[in-house]
Amino acid sequence: MDSALDLHRLQFAFTATFHYIFPQLTMGLALLIFILKTRALRSGEERFHAAARFWIRVFAINFAFGVVTGIPLEFQFATNWARFTEGAGAVVGHTLGMEGMYAFFLESSFLGLLVFGEHRLSHRAHWLVSLALFAGTWLSGWFIMATNAFMQHPVGHKVLPDGSVVLDSFMAFIANPWAFVAYAHTMCGSVVTASFVMCAVAAWWQLNRQHEAVARSSMSLGVSAGLIASILVAFPTGDLQGKLVAEHQPAALAAMEGRFHSGSDAELVILGQPDFREKTIDNSVAVPGILSLLAHGSFSSNVRGLDEFHPQDRPEHLELIFYSFHIMAGLGTLMIALMLVAAWQLLRGRLHDSRVVAWALLMAVPLPYIANTAGWIATETGRQPWAIHGLMRTAHASSEVVHSGSALFTLLGFLGLYLVLGIAFVLLMLRQIERGPGNPPHAHEQATH
Amino acid sequence: MELIWFAIVALMAATWVALDGFALGAGALHLLLARSDRDRRSVLVTIGPFWDGNEVWLLALGGVLFTAFPAVLAVSLSGLYMAVFLIVWCLILRGVSLELRQHVENGTLRNLLDGVFGMSSLLLCMLFGVALGNLLRGFTIGQSGRFSLSLFGDFQPQSASGILDSYTLLIGVFALLALMHHGALWLNLKAIDPIRARAAASARPLWWLNLAAWIAAAAWTQALRPDMLPALLERPFAWVLTGLAVLGFLQSRRAIHAHPGRAFLSSSLWLLALLAATATCSWPTLVHSRLHPAWSLTAFNAASPARTLELGLIWWSLAFPIALLWLSILLRLYRGRLAPHHEAQAAREPR
Repeated sequence: MDSALDLHRLQFAFTATFHYIFPQLTMGLALLIFILKTRALRSGEERFHAAARFWIRVFAINFAFGVVTGIPLEFQFATNWARFTEGAGAVVGHTLGMEGMYAFFLESSFLGLLVFGEHRLSHRAHWLVSLALFAGTWLSGWFIMATNAFMQHPVGHKVLPDGSVVLDSFMAFIANPWAFVAYAHTMCGSVVTASFVMCAVAAWWQLNRQHEAVARSSMSLGVSAGLIASILVAFPTGDLQGKLVAEHQPAALAAMEGRFHSGSDAELVILGQPDFREKTIDNSVAVPGILSLLAHGSFSSNVRGLDEFHPQDRPEHLELIFYSFHIMAGLGTLMIALMLVAAWQLLRGRLHDSRVVAWALLMAVPLPYIANTAGWIATETGRQPWAIHGLMRTAHASSEVVHSGSALFTLLGFLGLYLVLGIAFVLLMLRQIERGPGNPPHAHEQATH
Repeated sequence: MELIWFAIVALMAATWVALDGFALGAGALHLLLARSDRDRRSVLVTIGPFWDGNEVWLLALGGVLFTAFPAVLAVSLSGLYMAVFLIVWCLILRGVSLELRQHVENGTLRNLLDGVFGMSSLLLCMLFGVALGNLLRGFTIGQSGRFSLSLFGDFQPQSASGILDSYTLLIGVFALLALMHHGALWLNLKAIDPIRARAAASARPLWWLNLAAWIAAAAWTQALRPDMLPALLERPFAWVLTGLAVLGFLQSRRAIHAHPGRAFLSSSLWLLALLAATATCSWPTLVHSRLHPAWSLTAFNAASPARTLELGLIWWSLAFPIALLWLSILLRLYRGRLAPHHEAQAAREPR
């Protein structure tokens, strides 16, 4: 029974992590493409059209992988987490149902037109299509974040005698403060990814002295968006998210910060390795008092330590939560610094000549992917042992009828399939970057009456 | 409220079959019809703009079930675990092979991707039919309200020992034939020659095969579920739907050359009406228990509370016509026959 639960968790964690590699680029890129299309429409300049066309090709591949790797997640709610579905469907069914009915239809219906329809449509109509993709993908993000927010911080519900969770107030459910903060934070993270990818590709072309016009447009947009997004993801959205965790999931915060004992004037651990047996942090680099300030607003605020919580009521993978949180925050800080340098060069008009900055941007492309993934690991592992915080334990949310043999079978299947998909994705992306922009619009078909 | 949501679920399922069905059917068929890379592109070009949006009907169906009948989703998908993941993996392969193909120039790789696309489409048609067969045959649901089936056992439907048994495989074959026929009529409508002509030629034998399969499926279903026929007889709505299904089926083989649009719409009517009739006969049962009807999951005992159903109806009623609007925009923009493009610039200037 126990190993089956671990396998269900591992499978969802793996498939969700692999899936999220794609939407984090898709959503951010949808915004950046919309900006490029807007500039193209208003200025009529070919470089914006060419840049948009290239990034739409990248978008299309990325979107397709996102769609196919997303399908297993929707099914997994029911296959591996049947008790969760049965017990909470009356609440989260709304956001998941709306995601399908509104967001998925919008984005999927218009994808083909975005990628192949340029020659069928006026400039304005094609611009509208890019708006539809932006709206659809960002709407999809909203509904998923609203669902996750209910799991992290349930509101607007009531619990029936048989333990099932039902809707009490739809408005309270939709207006969950966790949903707004987490959504803003996640979308900023997504724009960071798209910005860094745009900059990295542009940097590659710049270093190879290729495709100068599109490289410059992409780099400028990437740096501008990247600076704004990387700051916003930390402040105010990251800060607000941290405060929510401090208030509603104190055990998770304690794990993230490596805080063993409660007290005021809590120090913020920047670096170190937590020893959860001895309850110390090895090689600790810490700033006194700041954690209290960030979490609750003043140095004298009490920040609760892991000691306060019964082992049954706090997460188990404490080291993982500590590291994933610190990796996210650390890389997030590094990315702000990098973008500040690049933006400074942009303002001085030296960005497109600086080989140092180009190399830095090129090498930095994995950072947002790692940071976004680490953030998700921190928040999902931090929510344990709850599937719905305070209401439904993860151990009570899985499918009882699915035994460990079946669960491992499908997990292995995913590992193999995703290995192949991952290789195919990387090869395809590299080919697109190598091919570059500037080819005629990829008109896939034409109508004949 | 339960009736409304039961109807919504049936409507969305039927719409999904009619829409995704032509893409799946054409995909399954294309390996048989196509003899060259250009032939295959002629098929793919009629599916390309639509497949993603059409597949969303399946995902949206899942979302709707999550809201209105979450227990049905939970019990049936976890009970049919192995088959669900086979379907999921085929959906992944089908989507990836279709989308990747245009980015690949190497002929051997293209052949591989087309093969993957064709096989996954074919398997999906069969597996969806198997799933329907399972729903019709029912499961050994007892007091626990759950079931769990391995992929196959002794292939006897009476013992309900596996997801695949001789009955469900028949329904799977029927589904494959029906969707291939549907796909053929779509290609007849939207593709250029020579694919158009070959698709039209394949539609006739497919029609006869479907007739045979339909009769066999109906007879065997009656044997396994004797409760369905009395339900049909006492529900006038079901007679209307059955009549429409027959009408659609008969019309779908007429005027394939002169009125390809009508032929395709007739096939759509057949699929929609057949599924709707089946749903009407099944009402209120959603997941049938072979042990005792009291243990079946019905629209009444498996529904979310009234509050959720009412709220859901509000957002669904707005979303459904919007989804149809997007579809109609797509159909209009991609009206007429679609031809594969060569490397030259497109013929049309942007408006």
